[in-house]
Amino acid sequence: MLKSLVAQLLGGGIAMFARAITASRAIWDGIEPVQAQRIYFANHTSNGDFVLIWTVLPPSLRARTRPVAASDYWLTTPIRAFIGTDVFNAVLIDRNPETRKLDPVTQMVEALDEGASLIIFPEGTRNTSREPLLPFKHGLFFLASKRPETDLVPVWIENLNNVMPKGEIIPIPLICTVRFGSPIHLAAGEPKGAFLDRAGKALLALSGDGERRP
Amino acid sequence: MTTPAEFILLMAGVLAILVVASIIGAILHNKLNRDGKNATITNLNSRIVAWWWMVALLALAVLAGRTGVLILFAILSFAALREFLTLTEKRRADHWALAAAFFVILPFQYVLIGIDWYGLYSIFIPVYAFLFLPILSALRSDTESFLNRVAETQWGLMICVFSASHVPALLTLDIPGYEGKSILLIAFLVFTVQFSDVMQYVWGKLLGRRRILPALSPSKTWEGFLGGTLTASLAGAGLWWLTPFTPIQAFLMALVITLLGFLGGIVMSAIKRDKGVKDWGHLIAGHGGFIDRLDSVVFSAPIFFHLTRYFWSTV
Repeated sequence: MLKSLVAQLLGGGIAMFARAITASRAIWDGIEPVQAQRIYFANHTSNGDFVLIWTVLPPSLRARTRPVAASDYWLTTPIRAFIGTDVFNAVLIDRNPETRKLDPVTQMVEALDEGASLIIFPEGTRNTSREPLLPFKHGLFFLASKRPETDLVPVWIENLNNVMPKGEIIPIPLICTVRFGSPIHLAAGEPKGAFLDRAGKALLALSGDGERRP
Repeated sequence: MTTPAEFILLMAGVLAILVVASIIGAILHNKLNRDGKNATITNLNSRIVAWWWMVALLALAVLAGRTGVLILFAILSFAALREFLTLTEKRRADHWALAAAFFVILPFQYVLIGIDWYGLYSIFIPVYAFLFLPILSALRSDTESFLNRVAETQWGLMICVFSASHVPALLTLDIPGYEGKSILLIAFLVFTVQFSDVMQYVWGKLLGRRRILPALSPSKTWEGFLGGTLTASLAGAGLWWLTPFTPIQAFLMALVITLLGFLGGIVMSAIKRDKGVKDWGHLIAGHGGFIDRLDSVVFSAPIFFHLTRYFWSTV
């Protein structure tokens, strides 16, 4: 009871802080923010990524949207564990196939079956390269094969990599834009490589060239 | 600091203008924009609504006195700097320099103005920030586009913090026979410059034909420019009673600041073109970003400050 109240307040506080720092703005470009089960897949450059997506979602959608995050990061300290599991209600997956007891795709499918929407980062790790997008891991394909009717919504996060680069503590207040694109679906019989390629292109198509920047 | 009676009078005038503008906006909307398809009228009405908010905020800050005005402009500087540095070139190596710009240099500049230390606030950013920020970036050994990165960051600080802070700096001027009224200098500056922007928009929409710089700003016309700056300069002359100036001096001052405001708008448009954006931001409905509204003020404020200081002030 007290724990969930603290979690709720902290969640609201984090969203407000993210908003104050980044003046974040959602652009719905091909899909509307309505109640529907979705898998949001986004580019990943910063630990703040899912916080930002979560912040720009309308509160009614926010309550039902769970980020998929790495347990090897979120379970390392008690504070992180509280924020990860109680505030954001994350689906925590173990990225290491050697040690994990649960299959990540099964965990995600279970969350979907409970009615949640998901936020996932198919690159699998934060992108610190000069490339706009790293090659996708295969999880997105397996998830789409298990639940082909669910909307896969590409989400491009612009500028957060400058606000909070890997390894920095102080966030720089810069304006961030979160662009939601038209959903894609796995076509019947579509091979893995072709699908992941198409998903990556759908995401990159939302990225900012000149006039699309904030 | 108590609010001078002249300020209340000016606010009454501004309220009258806003009421008239709102009525005209409503009439235009009902006659020509019932279906909401006339983008110009929709934009006009969101601009007018935003003006109500901006005037209310400025009035509140003035009523709160010197601290209120300082805090308001510090927040405006913050919002403007955020818009500016969102578009500039930067890399990970600039992280500490950017953090210092937002969280050390910006607040310190306003504290210096608050304690009236002219000798430092007038050189703090052009000298100290100018020399120390590139050091912070260079220490991280990333040389790619180094000069672009440090130059664009410094430019952002000069425009959004240094220049903008010269509006509240007007409060520090000591002018004989004008004690306790320096807040009216801010009212004169802000009103004249913004009224010029509004009148350029109005004249431009009504009569605008010949474009001044079509490649740079399609909306700026000779008719808008001449009509706007002249109307606002005459209005400035009519407000001489707010200031330590005679009516003719007030006209000349208003002319200088409206011209600078116009030219500042051009410079800031050139930067937007260069960076490929139409507006600086999205937070002020109908206007765009904070810099879209402040560009003319930041270009006129330092010059207005120094002219007034040199010719009228005792220090």
